[in-house]
Amino acid sequence: MQKSLHIDPVKCTGCRQCEMACSYENYGVFNISKSRIRVFDFEHTGRKVPYTCTQCAEAWCMHACPVEAIKLDADTGAKVVHEDVCVGCKVCTIACPFGTVNYMADRGKVQKCDLCGGEPACAEACPTGAITYIDADWTGLDKMRQWAEKTGNQASA
Amino acid sequence: MAWTRKFLRIDLTKGTVKVEDLNMKWADEYLGQRGLATKYFVEEVDPKVDPLSPANKMIFTTGPLTGTMASTGGRYSVVTKGPLTGAIACSNSGGYFGAELKFAGWDMIIVEGKSPKPVYLSIADDKVEIRDASHLWGKTVWETEETIKKTHQDPLIHVSSIGRSGENGVLYACIVNDLHRAAGRSGVGTVMGSKNLKAIAVRGTKGVGNIRDPKEFMKVTFEKKKVLADNAVTGQGLPTYGTQVLMNVINEIGALPTRNHRDVQFESASKISAEAMHEKRPDGKSHLVTNQACFGCTIACGRISKLDEKHFTVVNNPKYWGASGGLEYEAAWALGCANGVGDLDALQYVNMLCNEDGFDPISFGATIGAAMELFDLGLIKKEEIGFDAPFGSAEALVKLAEMTARGEGFGKVIGLGSKRMCEKYGRPDLSMSVKGQEFPAYDSRGIQGMGLTYATSNRGACHLRSYTVASEVLGIPVKTDPLTTDGKPELVKAFQDATAVFDSSGVCVFTTFAWTLADLQPQLAAALEGDWSMDKLNLVGERIWNMERMFNNSAGFTSKDDNLPPRLTNEPAKTGPAKGLVNGLAKMLPEYYKIRGWDNDGRPTNETTARLGL
Repeated sequence: MQKSLHIDPVKCTGCRQCEMACSYENYGVFNISKSRIRVFDFEHTGRKVPYTCTQCAEAWCMHACPVEAIKLDADTGAKVVHEDVCVGCKVCTIACPFGTVNYMADRGKVQKCDLCGGEPACAEACPTGAITYIDADWTGLDKMRQWAEKTGNQASA
Repeated sequence: MAWTRKFLRIDLTKGTVKVEDLNMKWADEYLGQRGLATKYFVEEVDPKVDPLSPANKMIFTTGPLTGTMASTGGRYSVVTKGPLTGAIACSNSGGYFGAELKFAGWDMIIVEGKSPKPVYLSIADDKVEIRDASHLWGKTVWETEETIKKTHQDPLIHVSSIGRSGENGVLYACIVNDLHRAAGRSGVGTVMGSKNLKAIAVRGTKGVGNIRDPKEFMKVTFEKKKVLADNAVTGQGLPTYGTQVLMNVINEIGALPTRNHRDVQFESASKISAEAMHEKRPDGKSHLVTNQACFGCTIACGRISKLDEKHFTVVNNPKYWGASGGLEYEAAWALGCANGVGDLDALQYVNMLCNEDGFDPISFGATIGAAMELFDLGLIKKEEIGFDAPFGSAEALVKLAEMTARGEGFGKVIGLGSKRMCEKYGRPDLSMSVKGQEFPAYDSRGIQGMGLTYATSNRGACHLRSYTVASEVLGIPVKTDPLTTDGKPELVKAFQDATAVFDSSGVCVFTTFAWTLADLQPQLAAALEGDWSMDKLNLVGERIWNMERMFNNSAGFTSKDDNLPPRLTNEPAKTGPAKGLVNGLAKMLPEYYKIRGWDNDGRPTNETTARLGL
């Protein structure tokens, strides 16, 4: 069974624990500018939205890479950048429709979410359950349960 | 260790930027942030300095845990000599600015001198520039943040700035970062304005490394986040209701100062409470939109609210219709109870003005309360203000807030604070302040320990120097009787010293609803080299407190200034559980001095200074 990151923005408080966990997991420092997940703060509505790679099945970034530096991790379904192969051409950053692959000038490579090999640090760090790591085929389960609860009493009619 | 070991020294007179090494010996003795910056300050600045002269300095400072995964590890402080009080000032803020400063590679910024023209400081990692701000002068905090981000084409910049009130010399101007977080008290923003420094803009990409034992740090910070999550106050009360959870509680116990402390209970408290913020208004929406965290915070007490678009304050002003910060308890109290206004939307509108133009809602609201009493007594005339200003008038509150923000008309008098204003009208006794700084939201007749807290606070009346409300009302860490003075001197000293450590670490003092020093200690010990045992931390806290005290003594403060307005020591509370009581400061103060190791004039004895290495 594969899992995927599931984001519920309503629960996000904007604390950035996910961003720090991501940078610490990957680079050993607390540095949100190196995070592969970003929280966006929409001040005028009060909404805060964490956003990262959704691991597209037919990943634009993977197909666009001229040196095959982005490969599928069959266990997790993540599209993983292999830094030893990446030449920093940035074509993947152009190909990705969602902007979730980004270049790191100091390393000369690109980076994107790799699901931390199946234990995403962001989900572990999130204090409110806004980011969870759940069954990839049932990301709608919670919403279904909520609607089931709401409509359940009318089912007999 | 969790330091970058570098700080910036900005000389605004000469227009120079210097990089200096952090004094690690002092970091070992004073921990960081409040403690360490105050050490630099007292070493470098004459205690008699005029706070608004170029010779005063201001230090923007982080703690060792700022910018780490320790919960709430995003705090920074501004240390200076405050113009409202003439005492040491240290104002602490959350948001994202503090962490960003550390990420840029700087533990601290010392600002000195005065720029000949308005400037802002731009920091992008190692690139540090003093830039022209003539186009920003006269602009609000919100406009300043937006303009700077546009100028640099970088939405990830975090800005700390002053609004028009800081430029206009309002003596309780704040420094506001991230739109609605503020280093709020004692007029630190006024000092910034006096230096012609409009803003500091920071973008950092270096991050925080150098954690002594990263594995242990991750483990222990994770455990301590769980302590916050499992605690009823930090896990449920604060995220759901914010600090406003206190409004009805403090009203019930008869410690809600009302109409300039004439009363201790407010008949409209429930209308401006946390519960009211959750209720549906006539427009079908609730006032509260969501809660919000500062950097790294797993509590998320912050409030984001929206006004009723049809409310008289904003009906023709869509600029204020969006979601914005507030109301927090202290602001709701000062803008509401202190002047008898029970109109939630009016309070939130004024709170937005405080954020937008950077002035402290506590001192402002309390000054309005005093002005309304002077109006009530006929000492301030309608002609002087331009309109009637009776207790309870939301219209007067709103107009005076607009005038204070812009430095217009009677707003200039309000901008002086209650002490100077009440002196001007011949009734200094009506200023509800200590050392010139207005009380926050707890009446010391109903919570006796807070009387001693206020009287001895090193930055003038303040709840954040020893929040004995936690013990006396909420039973944290142990319940004490709010109506007696017994044991309060020990309690106040313990809270003052522990709080000094929290304020010096980079985390938020609100963690102390769930954490004691014993919860903070292992997080510091994992992050830092050296001895960070409980004994050491207790000593450091006491050392910081005494250092601040000695600065104030040298600045001219004596035991006479450890005082409360006569209303609190002579006029008994009229209603509620504290009915008939005054504050028993006279009983507590001598005992407090003795426990502190101070002489009868409130000066640390030679024995005490030797013990503390001062």
